[in-house]
Amino acid sequence: MQMSGLGLGAMMLSEVPVVGSPVAEAQLLAPWLDAATKKKLAETALNAARDKGATYTDVRIGRYLQQYLFTREKQVQNIVNAESYGIGIRVIANGTWGFSATSDVTPDGIAKCAATAVAIAKANSKFQKEPVMLAAQKGVGDKTWKTPIVKNAFEIPVKEKIDLMMKVNGAAMDNGANFVASSLFFINEQKYFASTDGSFIDQDVHRIWPTFTVTVTDKASGKFKTRDAISSPMGMGYEYLDGLASEKIAGPNGLVGYRNSYDMVEDAIMAAKQAKQKVTAKSVEPGKYDLVLDPNHLGLTIHESVGHPTELDRVLGYEANYAGTSFATLDKWKTKNFNYGSKLVNIVADKTQPHTLGAVGYDDEGVPCKEWDIIKDGILVNYQAIRDQVQILGEKESHGCCYADDWSSVQFQRMPNISLKPGTEKRSVLDMIKGVEKGIYIIGRGSYSIDQQRYNFQFGGQVFYEIKNGEITGMLDDVAYQSNTQEFWNSCVQLCDKDDYRTFGSFFDGKGQPSQISAVSHGSSTTRFNGVNVINTGRKI
Amino acid sequence: MAILTKEEAKKIIDKVLAFSRADEISASLSGSRTGNIRYARNSVSTSGETTDMSLSVTAVFGKKSGTATINEFDDASLEKTVRRAEEIAKLAPDNPEYMPVLGAQQYVNTNAFVAGTADINPEYRAKAAFGSIDPSSKKNLTAAGYMEDTSGFTALGNNKGLFGYNKSTSVDFSVTVRTADGTGSGFVQRDYNDVSKLNTSTATEIAMQKALASVNAKALEPGKYTVILEPTAAHDLILNMMRNMDGRSADEGRSFLGKKGGQTRLGEKLLDERVTIYSDPANTEVPGSPFAADGRPQEKVTWFENGVVKNMYYSRFWADKKGVKAVPSPDGIIFQGGNDSLADLIKSTEKGILVTRFWYIRTVDPQTLLYTGLTRDGTFYIENGQIKYPVKNFRFNESPVIMLNNVEAIGKPVRTNGSLIPPLKIRDFTFTSLSDAV
Repeated sequence: MQMSGLGLGAMMLSEVPVVGSPVAEAQLLAPWLDAATKKKLAETALNAARDKGATYTDVRIGRYLQQYLFTREKQVQNIVNAESYGIGIRVIANGTWGFSATSDVTPDGIAKCAATAVAIAKANSKFQKEPVMLAAQKGVGDKTWKTPIVKNAFEIPVKEKIDLMMKVNGAAMDNGANFVASSLFFINEQKYFASTDGSFIDQDVHRIWPTFTVTVTDKASGKFKTRDAISSPMGMGYEYLDGLASEKIAGPNGLVGYRNSYDMVEDAIMAAKQAKQKVTAKSVEPGKYDLVLDPNHLGLTIHESVGHPTELDRVLGYEANYAGTSFATLDKWKTKNFNYGSKLVNIVADKTQPHTLGAVGYDDEGVPCKEWDIIKDGILVNYQAIRDQVQILGEKESHGCCYADDWSSVQFQRMPNISLKPGTEKRSVLDMIKGVEKGIYIIGRGSYSIDQQRYNFQFGGQVFYEIKNGEITGMLDDVAYQSNTQEFWNSCVQLCDKDDYRTFGSFFDGKGQPSQISAVSHGSSTTRFNGVNVINTGRKI
Repeated sequence: MAILTKEEAKKIIDKVLAFSRADEISASLSGSRTGNIRYARNSVSTSGETTDMSLSVTAVFGKKSGTATINEFDDASLEKTVRRAEEIAKLAPDNPEYMPVLGAQQYVNTNAFVAGTADINPEYRAKAAFGSIDPSSKKNLTAAGYMEDTSGFTALGNNKGLFGYNKSTSVDFSVTVRTADGTGSGFVQRDYNDVSKLNTSTATEIAMQKALASVNAKALEPGKYTVILEPTAAHDLILNMMRNMDGRSADEGRSFLGKKGGQTRLGEKLLDERVTIYSDPANTEVPGSPFAADGRPQEKVTWFENGVVKNMYYSRFWADKKGVKAVPSPDGIIFQGGNDSLADLIKSTEKGILVTRFWYIRTVDPQTLLYTGLTRDGTFYIENGQIKYPVKNFRFNESPVIMLNNVEAIGKPVRTNGSLIPPLKIRDFTFTSLSDAV
């Protein structure tokens, strides 16, 4: 499940998840509690929980800031400045988890909250079948970590942001768009973690996502076509919007890819032109094609077909009633030769790659973040697991991928960055296209759907180019490809090299009941898959 | 106290209005208590309860508006919030589409609040979960489910005379039951305002039956099939269509309701003549909110009548510009049906596929409302009026507009996800591939 994707630039404002209450813009820069105060409050919680009988406690004192801006054509539709702060206390008592949270961040409020968490743990322990087994984690003492941002987006005046959005909208309209909706999303998580292991971790996490949807309508035919931004949400500051030439990757036919710097105006111009071309683009002939998938498209396929199925809680059945279970079962993993993909497929999980949405110093269980293999030379070698799960895999150390979307939510296993390693042989996109006889080059995230065990999927895209005998011959429309996860990854035959590597991101990935959001990146270089089934999605009503 | 009476709520709102110096001031006060219990692998995994009450104040100067929120209700806090909303408004850019607030309105009475639901406590939730887990584990089946109950109120008011108050309760329950070896899976979903109508054990029995009956599914070739969509499955596709009935998008030529030459399909027959869809906040089975968030009254509105597009919904700005009534988007719908039960529809089917539910539905083409998604948790082949055997899940690519032109039969509507939706028999429903998922 995920909320980002198709047409989010134009999504209903009421559908955007806002955690917290509206505040004035200046409040977003106002200092909150200092680290010493937070430590003192955290110790109050740790002591209160221990006094009530907890054998383990962790505390998250969090302040979550959001600024979202929405415009269409020449007008501002909405500006959301929101703040949420409070404390979440998680305990183990009688071998069972208990959790409680409060916005009353006073010693009294915290002590009451800790007592409630212990009471819930004790009440639930009556139904507990197996006590919680928590992987050991040595306390790390006092630590700080901050997203390495250059420009704090919250320090940039709203007016400057609106000016940029108006420029973006104007550029789209001047180049043939009939409508354009643009949005900027900024998030800052200030979170302090403390646990009875002896960790006191202060982190300042920043994320950014600029996006838009351009629409072209054709009155004569009644047709309309859209093209979404090919930006990526990033773990960066406002500097992502600098549009540095050094971070642009030149593609075939004048196409541009963006690495760690995004030129929003340039992309809006390209989007308007491409949306216009889509109105008259040739409808695809269904059949088997070799697909050349741009990183800004492939990221979502990786997310859905590798990221979600290798979440250990899904594999075990904890998400059965909502997101579903997984085809990547433990017995397949135990064989040590389950061919998830071809030998070229090397997929790593990480929470450390700079500029990504997953990058933090420590996860929400106080575990230092790292990188580990999920698929090595095509073989499934590991999953994503947290402290109370890793023993199932015979490991002693958590992978460090536990996350809660707010102080008031209980932390659970969430997807780290899941990325496809680039090829080791020198290869550009042009080189790759030259070798394709009958294929389609797909850019951008479009429609996406996958079954509850992650076998069968269907993906669309933003723009599609037909490849014939090694050359792009024109634009296609009505394209979607359908495949089976294992079959698809085994049809992976060629990778571009590290110079083409970029990250794609999902800003509002949903999981759990009640649902929590999370942000995650997926890196890859342009990759070729042979003989994939393409369907024609054109209909008449 | 999260549930204020009408009088208590009005007192707070009146105070807020009196504090303001803005041209227009409006306040929305809402409170709720939400509890949940989640279980998986036949054991409770999480449970919790949250009580919340908050006041949102919007101040307006000319065409500039600002909103501030607070969850404290003493006079000083109320005044501070009003001032903050005024400050934000003064700094805001002009909104060219701003519409003045509404004056006094008449709202229908709904009976959405049931005391029994508001009284649900942690013990009740634990028993409800046990009622679902116990029968499953006794049959060596694995249950994963979720129940969430909410009781709450909303009050609206402004300085032009508008005041509205509504309180409601709801309970939502769903469970997925799987066989121990994971080769069979069944699902059931229930939602009510009145929790006395919910029996988690009885509901779970249906999911258990489906789990057991779906083992050893056969693979059928993808293609066009006659399908019987259970109300839960029909609901998801129809609601997706209803979410696209915005009049402005149609006028702008970027909706399935737009057409050649820049006109809309309003007044045209678009669906089978047996299809009539309306919304009615006063319906006793699916009571809706009496007002939209901006204070517009929710009234009985017919969206499709005998297949003809009768209404679209509008923002107040766009309705004013077009000189039409500013009908708000509905809060739940009612799809008019007949008297046939799901069993009757199965009995009258020579060859077809029964679909329990759909999963991961996404737009493929907004122009034609083409959606893709998959069947899940109970898909069966019907022959000569009987369920013959379970079949593997399918991916579909289908438009609700095409589907509602291929209607064979409409059953008796039942409540699902806050709407009244009948089981539907549809011919030529397009399945495009097979899925191995159980």
